[in-house]
Amino acid sequence: MLTHGWGRYPLHDAQLIQPHTTQEAFELLGQEEAVLGRGMGRSYGDSALADTLISTRHLNRLHSFDMQSGLLTCAAGISLDELLDVFVPRGWFLPITPGTKFVSVGGAIASDVHGKNHHLHGCFSECVESLELMLADGSLIRCSRRDHPELFHATCGGMGLTGLIVAVKLRLLRIESAYIQQTTFKAANLDEALQLFETHSTSTYSVAWIDCLAKGQALGRSLLMVGEHARDGQLLLPAKRALSVPLDMPAALLNRYSVQAFNELYYQRIRKPESTQRVSFENFFYPLDGIQQWNRLYGKQGFVQYQFVIPKAAGLQGMRAILERISASHRGSFLAVLKTFGAANDNLLSFPMEGYTLALDFKLEAGLLELLDELDSMVLAYDGRLYLAKDARMSEATFKQSQPNWQQFQEIRAHYGALGKFASLQSRRLGLD
Amino acid sequence: MQKILIIGATSAIAEACAKRFAAQGHSLYLLARNSSCLESLAQDLRVRGAAAVHCATFEANALETHQALLEQVKTELNGLDRVLIAHGTLSDQQACEQSVELTLQELQTNALSVIALLTRLANHFEQQRHGSIAVIGSVAGDRGRQSNYIYGTAKGALSIFLQGLRNRLHKSGVQVLTIKPGFVDTPMTAAFPKGPLWATPEKVAHDIDKAIEKNKDVLYTPGFWMLIMLIIKSVPERLFKRLSL
Repeated sequence: MLTHGWGRYPLHDAQLIQPHTTQEAFELLGQEEAVLGRGMGRSYGDSALADTLISTRHLNRLHSFDMQSGLLTCAAGISLDELLDVFVPRGWFLPITPGTKFVSVGGAIASDVHGKNHHLHGCFSECVESLELMLADGSLIRCSRRDHPELFHATCGGMGLTGLIVAVKLRLLRIESAYIQQTTFKAANLDEALQLFETHSTSTYSVAWIDCLAKGQALGRSLLMVGEHARDGQLLLPAKRALSVPLDMPAALLNRYSVQAFNELYYQRIRKPESTQRVSFENFFYPLDGIQQWNRLYGKQGFVQYQFVIPKAAGLQGMRAILERISASHRGSFLAVLKTFGAANDNLLSFPMEGYTLALDFKLEAGLLELLDELDSMVLAYDGRLYLAKDARMSEATFKQSQPNWQQFQEIRAHYGALGKFASLQSRRLGLD
Repeated sequence: MQKILIIGATSAIAEACAKRFAAQGHSLYLLARNSSCLESLAQDLRVRGAAAVHCATFEANALETHQALLEQVKTELNGLDRVLIAHGTLSDQQACEQSVELTLQELQTNALSVIALLTRLANHFEQQRHGSIAVIGSVAGDRGRQSNYIYGTAKGALSIFLQGLRNRLHKSGVQVLTIKPGFVDTPMTAAFPKGPLWATPEKVAHDIDKAIEKNKDVLYTPGFWMLIMLIIKSVPERLFKRLSL
């Protein structure tokens, strides 16, 4: 079956097996040479692609929940969407959540995803107490920061390359409301945007939409959104009808002029330098989830999402240089996100490090991959790195230079028999055989 | 709080319904063939907020065991307000064409075992004078087509049985809901390539939940199947027999 990630590039003819129990998964593991676990397929590039994929979609049962401590145990295939459906009405939320709720818990761990509160609360693995991993020989092993810590730190952020994550123990967060008190600040340029992040570094959630086509004085103009959980006790949201992109849009629809026009409107729509609204958690955390299959907007060829982080030391200067290069290329996207990260964690391949991150969508077209290679070398020069969950094209050299832990990662994989058994198109491309 | 029996509870549509019912705080009794799947589902439903979850294994075609099982359900749930019948198999049409035994077996599982259950359940609901009976049929039961008419025959028979039952139980205030899903992405249909007409079990469960709430008689889910089947049913037989559907 022709399979792809969320960016719909690259495409790969894969066999997708859907076990219904851990026992079935175990039997499949024995029959196949090399496999890879796949959750909701929401990583953008080729990190969830392989010849044989074991889908965890049906390994989605809840096992137990402790109302006192907020500790939840569940199978790893369950989606964040489903968890929120069950637990928000009861006053619980995910302590860390990415920008879409359509990812599985296992996928969130494998990519060690981050959210708008990374600067305070770190990556998704922070709310993982322990996880159960099926190793290459089919045996199950529970790992945590205490038990098999090296395997835990290789698996969180390890892109599914250590084994199949089958069950998880998570700590949920108590909330009193399904709403977020959101304040939007206007930043006229990059300097102001980074200043605003600094000023609001104690806000629980913060993220900025950035106009990556703006030039000169306006380079990096942004809307910074900060948020706090509301405290008004309303836990149920009114039902909402989802919009959908029913078919592939002509790729030509998204060009420098249409994106420029969109960005202008989006930026000018906010009049005041500071405004406060009360929005549902869905609107605040998952604005794009309201439009099903929005990835079709980029047309049949698909798109690449490029997300990098550069250390704080490189800061304004580095970010400005990269933005200037992107702006000059006229290949901007209307979904560009800027955020500050807190300190890196102990996971071997986790993406975040203390500094600034920028994520942009690029429609796939001639010349794009050359531009991205150029951006890679800029990011490397600032000692930055790229997000594996978004990546579809970086070179082995770029990866190995920016993730010096890769050797230790390989040693742990070798120790647990994962080499040759768990592999993705991405791991092969990056020389993690 | 409703006391709900779900037969064939580990089927994808039934499971999605059970999750909704659990979140609404109802009491559930699950019957299914596979006991290991059943126990993990029951535990899942408890975490989701079901008031109580009981389960037992069940063999649809062991008709003689049904009565005792239904009595046990009523006792343990302390009543019975709603039943959802969801068990079934997707017949292999070509294999059926070569085997009388297989054909009859499919009719037995998909039609006769359900009719047997409904015959017993109908009397309970008729006496009680309230409640809902919801049964999963199929759009395949609306018109015979060469690609799946054995399955279609069973679902069609069920559809007519339910019409009659609805007519009979109307005066007792009992809802009889015939559910006609179109293509649903479930393990039963794992082998089929999926297109835009395919729906998720969750969508179907949502529609079923609403149809029970609104006291509907027949539910096409997703709703556009009503239109598709209206067209398919209205093609004259002289023309229809030439089509390869």
